[in-house]
Amino acid sequence: MNPSPVIEVDRLTKFYGSREIVRDLSLTVPPGSIYGFLGRNGMGKTTTIRILLGFEEPTRGSTRVFGEDSRKLDPATRARIGYLPEGHHVYGWMTVRECGQFQASFFPNWNQDVFEAVITHFRLMPKMKAGHLSRGQRAGLCLALTLAPEPELLVLDDPALGLDPVARRSLLQSMLYVTRQPHRTILFSSHLLSDVERVADRIIVLDGGTVRADCTVDTFRQNLRHYVLTFRDTPPPTPALPGLLESFRTDRELLLTLANVHPETETLLANLNPESMEPVQMTLEDAFVSYVGERGEKTFFTRDRAMAK
Amino acid sequence: MSLGLTISPASEVPIFRQIMQQIQRAVAVGTLHVGEQLPPVRTLAESLVINPNTVARSYQELMREGLLESRAGRGVFVAERRQVFSEEEKTRRLRHSAEQLCHEAILFGLSGSDLTKLVEAAWKELRIA
Repeated sequence: MNPSPVIEVDRLTKFYGSREIVRDLSLTVPPGSIYGFLGRNGMGKTTTIRILLGFEEPTRGSTRVFGEDSRKLDPATRARIGYLPEGHHVYGWMTVRECGQFQASFFPNWNQDVFEAVITHFRLMPKMKAGHLSRGQRAGLCLALTLAPEPELLVLDDPALGLDPVARRSLLQSMLYVTRQPHRTILFSSHLLSDVERVADRIIVLDGGTVRADCTVDTFRQNLRHYVLTFRDTPPPTPALPGLLESFRTDRELLLTLANVHPETETLLANLNPESMEPVQMTLEDAFVSYVGERGEKTFFTRDRAMAK
Repeated sequence: MSLGLTISPASEVPIFRQIMQQIQRAVAVGTLHVGEQLPPVRTLAESLVINPNTVARSYQELMREGLLESRAGRGVFVAERRQVFSEEEKTRRLRHSAEQLCHEAILFGLSGSDLTKLVEAAWKELRIA
């Protein structure tokens, strides 16, 4: 038996008026890993998170956290979840220390040592006014407020937004620090793929309100391949290839980006009789852009088991 | 201790492979000696600010290749040199690297003898007899 999942989303659909934001989305997050939640803006990441935490009602489908329906989360269950909303909001008229005291009053497991450690890590003084902090400092304060209750599940909605490189590094260090303890789970959305590559165990890619990939970073990269085919003359017309994401032609070359390449696909390519055919490694960012870019086909679904040969 | 490793995310080379390559190099040039202990997974991961599973994977792959070994309860060490690859596999791997090198040399307009000189110089620099 696998350990019971921390997050379960089952065929979730959400409409705002006639606009469908989330479409038939299903995913499961087991305990003890760091999940990167990726997707372009407006693809349903924040909406999914808000439904997950019970701030919005699903139109159809259901979501569960620690096995409880998100619509009626028990306060004791809520205390096990740390949520950092987008934008790093703070009560500007409080000092850093007061923010801590205020937040502590809601959480029975408040750990003042953690609060102070994160504050120090971001070089904040208890007497500073929250309203006068820089973006990076505010992020540090919000993170301290989210981590001090020692949540088992941490949900961070674009925590790196607007942070300078030093503050971003501190954020990543804090995330790794959290998972020092077993069975801590982090779900974080981000557009900074180099950060994701550093810390995430797995990624979930949302596109058009639905899950298009749920796998490890390496699986994602391996499943997306870029080929350079060189020809003696003008390249032949691009054949119908399963999984074709992008194609680009030059005088003598055909550049193809493909998802989930099968041996048969390689045979199809070889049948074009190129002079040379070279697979090229892609960065995570290039792979992501090809996968969810304008020309990407919407039917591919990358999973680890697709890698099994 | 971080072994002086540096990693760049946003590279075509996955992070676990970057770590592998740098440990391989450190052993090849002798900054890491046989029997020397590597930092614990968690320590190295935190100093590089990367996921510990990535470091664990690099160590595992290097253990499979016979470069590192794990001693129960004590950690991971540089192993006595032993041959885990067949002659064919060794040739295949080296040949692949050699081809890559040749491609670049051609691209830069180097001659075969220029390239041989470069390889000899690099070999001397690593101080391998």
